[in-house]
Amino acid sequence: MAPPSDDLKLLGSWASSYTHRVQLALKLKGLAFEYAEEDLADKSPSLLLYNPVYEKVPVLLHRGRPVLESVIILHYLDETWPEVPLMPADPYDRALARFWCHFVDDKLGPAVGAVFASPSDGQAAAVEQVHENLRLVERELREGAFAGRRRFFGGDKIGVLDIVLGCGSYWLAVFEEVMEVKLVDPEAFPLFHSWLRDFEEQEEVKAIIPAIDRLLEYARGVRQMMLGLSTRQQ
Amino acid sequence: MGEVDTKGVVLLDFWVSAFGQRCRIALAEKGVEYEYREENVLADKSPLLLESNPVYKKIPVLIHDGNPVCESLVIVQYIDEAWPHRAPLLPADPYARAQARFWADFIDKKVRPPYADASHIDYSAVCSQHSLMVSFMYQFYECGTRLWKLKGEEQAAAKKVFIRILMRLEGELGDKKYFGGDAFGFVDVALVPFVPWFYTYETCAGFSVEEVAPKLVAWGKRCMERESVANALSDPHKVYEFAGVLKKRFGVE
Repeated sequence: MAPPSDDLKLLGSWASSYTHRVQLALKLKGLAFEYAEEDLADKSPSLLLYNPVYEKVPVLLHRGRPVLESVIILHYLDETWPEVPLMPADPYDRALARFWCHFVDDKLGPAVGAVFASPSDGQAAAVEQVHENLRLVERELREGAFAGRRRFFGGDKIGVLDIVLGCGSYWLAVFEEVMEVKLVDPEAFPLFHSWLRDFEEQEEVKAIIPAIDRLLEYARGVRQMMLGLSTRQQ
Repeated sequence: MGEVDTKGVVLLDFWVSAFGQRCRIALAEKGVEYEYREENVLADKSPLLLESNPVYKKIPVLIHDGNPVCESLVIVQYIDEAWPHRAPLLPADPYARAQARFWADFIDKKVRPPYADASHIDYSAVCSQHSLMVSFMYQFYECGTRLWKLKGEEQAAAKKVFIRILMRLEGELGDKKYFGGDAFGFVDVALVPFVPWFYTYETCAGFSVEEVAPKLVAWGKRCMERESVANALSDPHKVYEFAGVLKKRFGVE
């Protein structure tokens, strides 16, 4: 019998896609929780107490005990409240989901971040890295284990890989506008493009992802600051 | 197409790879019969490896009935779930599982460097035809690399960071028999293959792991009493020899 979710608290940050992953999972599972916004420039004592190793969000507190790292939190939620499962049942499918979640955080995410951080003359190389990684995802959708798996990596419904890849992919549109680059050409990445569109149309996703103008404003601010820092260093 | 039966378990690996050893230990704990295939990281990647791990092109890769699983901790969890009836590696309780995953992930983060941070030498330029070797290097040598590669101030700084990591692990282990408590499990499997590397790090950087983390050293010895671990781990002197080979290869002296 699943425990009541009357003692769940999430320390997060409104612009953090890692935080969004957890918020989305909680929403999909219908779990109530208390949310506390962290100012990452002025971290709360709670954050430092519960995550001394990394001092990062998200931190999920369940009955006062911290669970750290977004993908680990997703696993924890799935194992504690197994209704509306996020992970597939079969061990091999689970291994695939874990592998691709790792890929998102290990390769794709940093590549997208590198575009954003790139100086104007280093952009092309950074964009190519993103394309290289998107090609791997596209190929997997087209020919790999996920080929023909209906709308989402999780099947008919969103699963853990959709959450991990999707919460973060909205930055692609934001960076495209702020950096004036094309990252996801629907002709080059048709399957990824249609998957992302389907993901973003889910009610729960729409409820979680911040409005694009807020994200744009935020991204522009960070970019200005980065450029300002680099010119000062020259 | 690789020449492997579509039935059975194959492990693509490299003898001194700590990541491969994690998989070997897990398979042994579960009593799973498998075929071990050595990939020569100092030469070209085999067609089977390229086909089984197109994303990273790295060992270890576990191929089960023709289906490849990549990334050592993903492989270990898969082994745990595919053969659930013996020697569970992750505990049953979700919170304990979350803690085990956290520490295994910590070990990976601290052992596997981000590319931008990994080294001063452009390894990819030096050995473009040996990218397996390059990624292997990156895997192994986060602080470890800095310890034997750098000199002077940089090495001292790397040593400090490494000692901090050791102390954190020492703190997490505490007085427990294993990281998860009384039972040998996921975090032990994730960390123990790096124990034979301590000798290399100590010798190059001039410090003693035992002085900094005595409980960790005792834990390492305890783990070595398990057949699965003793059979998988490399001899520390062979590791040191291997590091010497890499040093020469990359002109680090």
